Amino acid sequence: MSAVVPALDIAHLRKTYGRKVAVDDLSLRVAEGEIFGILGANGAGKTTTVECAEGLRRPDGGSVRVFGVDPYTDRRAARALVGAQLQESQLQDKLTVAEALSLYASFYPEQADTEKLLARLGLTGARNTRYKKLSGGQKQRLSIALALVGRPRLVVFDELTTGLDPAARRESWQLVRDLRDDGATVLLVTHYADEAERLCDQVALFQAGRVAACGRPAELIAAAEAAGGAGYPGRLTLDDAIVALTADRPADRRSAAAGRLTSVALSTNELSTNELSTGEAS
Amino acid sequence: MTAALAEPISPTRDRRRSAFATLVRTEAILNVREIIPLLWGTGFPIALLVVMGAFSSGPDKSLGGFSLVASYEPILIAFSIATFALQGVPVVLAGYRERGILRRLNATPVGAGRLLGAQLTVCLAFTLVSVVGIVVVGRLAFGVALPGQPAGFCLAVVLAAAAMLGLGLLVAALARTGRVAGAAGTMLFLPLMFFAGLWTPQATMSAALRRIGDDTPLGAAVAALQHSMSGQWPSASGLAVLAGYAVVLGLLAWRFFRWE
Repeated sequence: MSAVVPALDIAHLRKTYGRKVAVDDLSLRVAEGEIFGILGANGAGKTTTVECAEGLRRPDGGSVRVFGVDPYTDRRAARALVGAQLQESQLQDKLTVAEALSLYASFYPEQADTEKLLARLGLTGARNTRYKKLSGGQKQRLSIALALVGRPRLVVFDELTTGLDPAARRESWQLVRDLRDDGATVLLVTHYADEAERLCDQVALFQAGRVAACGRPAELIAAAEAAGGAGYPGRLTLDDAIVALTADRPADRRSAAAGRLTSVALSTNELSTNELSTGEAS
Repeated sequence: MTAALAEPISPTRDRRRSAFATLVRTEAILNVREIIPLLWGTGFPIALLVVMGAFSSGPDKSLGGFSLVASYEPILIAFSIATFALQGVPVVLAGYRERGILRRLNATPVGAGRLLGAQLTVCLAFTLVSVVGIVVVGRLAFGVALPGQPAGFCLAVVLAAAAMLGLGLLVAALARTGRVAGAAGTMLFLPLMFFAGLWTPQATMSAALRRIGDDTPLGAAVAALQHSMSGQWPSASGLAVLAGYAVVLGLLAWRFFRWE
């Protein structure tokens, strides 16, 4: 088993922006064929980490390997292996869906069938529509199509479902499962604990540029229960586990507050309550 | 359902366009769809040439012995070069950076550097088409002689375009948004076009103004174009000024350019 090359192997990664340390001695390993979730508050280093994996940022220290390839020194090879859906990236207003897809297909040595990709993402009817005229959901689906057009072995989704309605979120989840069933490895950066709990084989909880906890969702919940729970009775969710496992030590003095906030989180399914509680402490 | 994502197509080698060719084609299509810069860079100078031609009445001593239309032809060529390089390229590139398009391309095996190359290729192609258009319309409609020193003329056009593209890239490097790049491009365009002689041809400028003008990129460009059109080889100092601007501005742009 040790001979198997991981899809993503990050060891002791460090990245700073000026004086701000974004990622500090962060290590994680993603096995091929799994859906790996990265959860954490804003500023925890999630996007910086995946940008290092995509070759968009040069690590200040440590190593990053995508299927054994260094994304910074061997850019071309690594980028052919990785399909990236980036946060806040747009396309040219007057570029049509079909043009964008065939343009991005031309960048890759192996290409997906663009017609089937359009159909799978429900964009066939919009193929001749210019980017500017697409709805928000269509733009999102096009960015997914562009991430998949090079037949990547590792697909990175950065906040795939942020801003989508519940039905669209579930469609995206099914797409992620389909990708895994086809043999791809999926790295999913998300704010939603329920999404990670339903979808991910492994989850890493990021906190202040490090991995605070990593494991299967059930394992993380068990660890949180063993550590004393969320401060109120009832079965824990991954959301509770996140709060418990990423709480600053000592956590005692605000465990009651964290418990109240978590019950709010149960209804909104948002991790932002975790930011609230850590913000309160600082 | 899932097969759609797994199934490869086998691209036959001859049918697969190279990434760069596809980028150039896409950028060209987008530039044509944008239409306004194209009207300014190609349509406007040719329209101005036609107006000049209509008012032109033989050689004029105050214009150095040229007819009005002949003396304006190099100025309009400079206008076209400067419009594409200074009002087109920076707006597009700064806009691409602002919208994360350069970043997105850097996440593909091809990289955003190739897009930069494609944008410059398209800009040069549009510039050359406009220059040829101006020369041909001048010849056919108003009998302006074709460049008497064609090699010198081509060199002057290429060096002028390189100098202006250096400036355009520097604007693209320093401007945070497409809007800022557009405003900066226009603010540079107007004084540069003054020294090119758009409002008062160089022949009618005072000696002091003309000396300053000779050291500006478009002043040097118009002088070099004028010389080569009347059959002389452009002055070495003029060509050196253009080459110097191209190298220095290009290096500065290289130094300050950011992908995101």
